[in-house]
Amino acid sequence: MKNEWPLWEVFIRGQHGLSHRHVGSLHAPDAEMAIKNARDVYTRRNEGVSIWVVKAADIAASSPSDKGPLYEPSQSKVYRHPTFFDIPEDVGAM
Amino acid sequence: MTRDEALFEYLLRLGDNTLILGHRVSEWCGHAPVLEEDIALANTALDLIGQTQLWLGLAGEVEGKGRDADTLAFLRDAWDFRNLLLVEVPNGDFGRTLMRQFLFDAFHSILLGKLMKSSEPRVAEIAEKASKEVSYHLERSADTVVGLGDGTGESHARMQAALDYLWPYVGEMFTGDEVDAEMADAGIAPDPASLREEYDALVGKVLAEATLEIPDSQFAHKGGKTGSMHTEHLGHLLTQMQWLQRAYPGASW
Repeated sequence: MKNEWPLWEVFIRGQHGLSHRHVGSLHAPDAEMAIKNARDVYTRRNEGVSIWVVKAADIAASSPSDKGPLYEPSQSKVYRHPTFFDIPEDVGAM
Repeated sequence: MTRDEALFEYLLRLGDNTLILGHRVSEWCGHAPVLEEDIALANTALDLIGQTQLWLGLAGEVEGKGRDADTLAFLRDAWDFRNLLLVEVPNGDFGRTLMRQFLFDAFHSILLGKLMKSSEPRVAEIAEKASKEVSYHLERSADTVVGLGDGTGESHARMQAALDYLWPYVGEMFTGDEVDAEMADAGIAPDPASLREEYDALVGKVLAEATLEIPDSQFAHKGGKTGSMHTEHLGHLLTQMQWLQRAYPGASW
């Protein structure tokens, strides 16, 4: 495994998107090559205007087994959702 | 030789370089050492084939005998091809393929830069489109040459062997004949010899960074761009590339 290139996660800002979106991952020896590889693997059909890459090992992630304590408490707190306001018709879809 | 005849010859040289190199690079499809390189090489090959359609399409137009890009690509025999010998040599290992790519990309990008200022607008237009693709090819192949040249003992040795093998094919890029003279007179294309200085500077810089040594020899194989003597490898390449059109004339999908 030591001979393998590190894994990189790829984020691409689409032509019309506002923020970078995770599109997948790839292997590359360094950040520069990771961007080049991302260009070749993930932007062949004009998908992007900007690429971010980050070493997968450098991403801190929440643990799936913690999902109870992390997310369930918010399910019972309806008052956190702004659903109790009357929205004027003129505003349209929010 | 009329100006149009010279222009036709010159366009064949441009189109045959991209066609034959594009085919060679496409031979890696499904075989490259890692997935990412496989896709990158296929992209490069497709770029080159795309440029071929433009150059050979224009060549057919200039010739005015009703031959289109497909006819020129698939129904000429080895002696009618006008590509540099460099682009027809077999791929060898991955290192040699990338070294050949770099040696050609450097030449290609400098040449296209000049062709963008061609007095012939149709040539300038194609050069402009191609130069964006080729800038990327060069960036990528130069990076890989540095990475492998200045890499492990094994990769360094392979890259040096690749450079030693390919260097004698570099000189042909800068040789000129009456076709080149006619193009230079008309302001359509630069005199090939005038590109050498910029090429040596660019290639010298990258190869130094790659810790590779340029062979101390001026010997140059010739005969590709004039068509007078190709290597034995071109015929083998054509049997594969042209097989379908030869066996099933006019086949399409």
